[in-house]
Amino acid sequence: MTDIVAAVIAPPRPDRPSRHAVRDSLTRHPLTVAGTLYLALLVAAERAFRPRSPYDPQLQDLTHVLTGPSGGHWLGTDRLGRDVFSRLLFGARVTLVDVTIATCVFLLLGIPLGVAAGYRGGPLDRLAVRLADLLLAVPAIMVLLMVVAVFPGSDTATMITLGVIGCPGLLRIVRGSTLAIRGELYVKAAQLSGLRTGAILRRHVLPRVAGPVIVQTSLFCATALLAESGLSFLGLTRPESRGPSWGNMVAEASDAMSQDPWLLAPTGGALMLTVMAFGLVGDGVRDATMGRSAPPAALRRRTSRGTRAAPAVPAAPARTGEPQVLSVRGLSVSLPGADGQVTVLREVGFDVGPGETVGIVGESGCGKSVTAKAVLGLLPGGGSVTAGSVVFAGKELTALGEKELGRIRGAGIALISQDPAGSLDPTFTIGGQLREVIRRHQPAPRRQVRAEAERLLRLVRLPDPAGLLGRRPAELSGGMAQRVCVALALAARPKLLIADEPTTALDVTVQAEILAILRDLQDELGMAILLITHDWGVLADMCHRAVVMYAGEVVETASVEELYARPRHPYTAALLAANPHLARTGRPLPAIPGSVPRPGDWPAGCHFQARCPIAGPACGESPIPLTTTGPRHVARCVHTDRTERR
Amino acid sequence: MIRATARWLASSIVLLFAVTVLTFLLAALAPGDAAKAILSGQTTSYTPEQYQHLRHELGIDLPLPVQYWRWLSRLLHGSLGTDLFSGEPITAALGGRLGASLTIIVGAVLVSALAGVGVGVFSAVRGGVLGRLVDGVSLLGLAAPNFWLALVLMELFAVRLPLFPATGYAAFGDGPLPWLRGVVLPVLALAAGGSALIARQTRDAMADVLTRDFITALRARGLPLRSIVGRHALRNAAIPVVTLLGLMFVSLLSGTVLIESVFSIPGLGQQAVAAGSTHDLPMIEGVAFSFTVIVIVVNLLVDLSYGLLDPKVRAS
Repeated sequence: MTDIVAAVIAPPRPDRPSRHAVRDSLTRHPLTVAGTLYLALLVAAERAFRPRSPYDPQLQDLTHVLTGPSGGHWLGTDRLGRDVFSRLLFGARVTLVDVTIATCVFLLLGIPLGVAAGYRGGPLDRLAVRLADLLLAVPAIMVLLMVVAVFPGSDTATMITLGVIGCPGLLRIVRGSTLAIRGELYVKAAQLSGLRTGAILRRHVLPRVAGPVIVQTSLFCATALLAESGLSFLGLTRPESRGPSWGNMVAEASDAMSQDPWLLAPTGGALMLTVMAFGLVGDGVRDATMGRSAPPAALRRRTSRGTRAAPAVPAAPARTGEPQVLSVRGLSVSLPGADGQVTVLREVGFDVGPGETVGIVGESGCGKSVTAKAVLGLLPGGGSVTAGSVVFAGKELTALGEKELGRIRGAGIALISQDPAGSLDPTFTIGGQLREVIRRHQPAPRRQVRAEAERLLRLVRLPDPAGLLGRRPAELSGGMAQRVCVALALAARPKLLIADEPTTALDVTVQAEILAILRDLQDELGMAILLITHDWGVLADMCHRAVVMYAGEVVETASVEELYARPRHPYTAALLAANPHLARTGRPLPAIPGSVPRPGDWPAGCHFQARCPIAGPACGESPIPLTTTGPRHVARCVHTDRTERR
Repeated sequence: MIRATARWLASSIVLLFAVTVLTFLLAALAPGDAAKAILSGQTTSYTPEQYQHLRHELGIDLPLPVQYWRWLSRLLHGSLGTDLFSGEPITAALGGRLGASLTIIVGAVLVSALAGVGVGVFSAVRGGVLGRLVDGVSLLGLAAPNFWLALVLMELFAVRLPLFPATGYAAFGDGPLPWLRGVVLPVLALAAGGSALIARQTRDAMADVLTRDFITALRARGLPLRSIVGRHALRNAAIPVVTLLGLMFVSLLSGTVLIESVFSIPGLGQQAVAAGSTHDLPMIEGVAFSFTVIVIVVNLLVDLSYGLLDPKVRAS
């Protein structure tokens, strides 16, 4: 009981990176560190150097005008012979003070209002959101110009106004974060346990909005700096007579541009560097606190062809001599992990004959879906085939480029996945998606394409095909969406259909319908099916042969009857024993103890040894080869003779 | 649909009311008034009687609520009043300037959208070193103050390499070529920051969409990358980008004040600055009104495009 309470009350750790992780992430962003250092240096230089600067920023020396950079004047002099470097430092102070004023107002309004609106909700929330929306739509420049007219030349008034105008953005983001946190269990538990609102906000809410607040603040600082210098450039605030600011120094440079454009460089450089520093700090904090980083290129395929070789591994051919539709040999795949590439498939091999249905079974995380994706060359970003071959209709697929693969995908091998709704583009109509695929593979006149789309929908027994064409994925049930996916997969009459747990997400009655459709279509069209499933019932119902996978390896391959009657791998036997369809009444369903080892944690020998009831010393030494245990039956076990149906 | 339109209309009226009242109040609070500005422009000395007379003539001696009410009732009759200085109708005075400002702003939004989306998509699809280089360049664009960039562009492409005029604006009616040449530099200066913002937003949104399951499904159906990226991914990534474009348009109303000043373009921004310093209340209200109407129209366009892009928005 106390455990449950503790679990409920403890703030969630995983999505809130530890201090350690934040620091690590910061060091991984050298530019963010550089930005922070620059800002610190700017403040320090302004503090330390200005009093000791050899030149008064206003001191004129008409004998040395527009000298350009030199030993005496590091950044040169302006039209009145004033030292640009000193003026820049003096201007930095003005600028930083101004930005600080605006930012204080921004934070003092945005955070309390945002937290209050998000935490309290109700009318206060609605009012705050309305006001924020209104303020966001007000043209900022109009208000600023009017404030300048009311308080001529006052940068304090303008900066306060800027903070007010900018705060709705922060308010909305803080409100959103607070709203999300308020709904979480541990905050509710804290409320129930009588913790005062102030304490809840301080302990649970504020730390978690800190990240977004810092990001917004750094962006606002950059905006405020640009606005401040812009107004001062126009001479509306900080006129030249009241000492240098970065904005009026640009104006000064613009007046001297025809004589010497150099003056544009130091002022513009200072402005750009400072804005960039603010931006970099914001980016770094965003990446560190929200766990986001530059995403990898999602569509790039990585191949390492040089190292790839197809090892001679027996793969239990289906019917020797007959050409196979799909033949996979020694397929190894690696995906990017936390510490570099991790092998997730090791020497996978199997065949699928014409018109045959082959099942791949195994628990979650055994590499079934990765196998399907690797066959089609659709590994996620950064993943690659490191060894082995995939031969489809006589072509080596792993050697093909994206363009050639595009001709095989859909037309040769089609795929349906376990998440039908997620496999459809939510923004396109069903008809649009069907027509696109049909046109891609068999270009035809518009009317013919439409007729074909309707025919395909009828093929998967969807009622009212014509009406369905105009509907969007969000309007369909899961079963209908999966039928649409089947129709899309069949559009180009593939020779092989890979169905990756096609019924897992569906209701039992819908499951049966989808399977019946697949079976009928197979008879009608004569295509082969590679069916990935963890359901023995589906396997027995649909498949001729089965491939059992465990922890990235094929551990057993045989015909389905053979597998049921004489499993030769202890994992197959254990999976069969744990199958609820075959459970014997009155006896508890035996579960397999432990869990599938994750890629990277695989033991040296047999991957299953830690969970195996008959594991011995021989299992841990070296990789176990596949051994033939009967006609068209192979198993990856040293004790094939000791395993039988439990 | 009717309810949505009614809500949009109501919020537009509230916004117009809020902005014009706010500017009215602030303008009235500002030290000095238009009568003083006019008189000191005409003569070196004037009597208090002259001053009071002019105030009465201009109608700025009335209590503020009355003044605002008079302005509002004129507005309901389709008039924004007349310029206190020139006596010209405000609508006529603003009409020409609106063209110049909108040309530059719309141009900058278009350039930002094209360049930003192009660069963002490229960066999301390519990644790697090139992607990072693009990110770096976009950071530079983001950091360069537009008025400074305008000066640099002017120095490089109008003075050193005289390809474009340094200052001034030729209306489209004076011929398309001078018009085009005149707006190139202002548009580029104004578009740099926006392009960078759009590029980053597009890259993030695209990178997010490209990892979704339906992208893999589209590839598995054999569709070419060009179509997957250009049609499907882009459309799914478009909503945050369109939102940003709308916000950008509004912020460019502010940015154009600086750009117009640098390139001496007779636009709304210049007029706003001038009217603010001379207390020309009808002109101030006229500019505030036009800015707000532009904001309302842009927000409406953004909302409408949500409906086109995402059927879920249209349904709700």
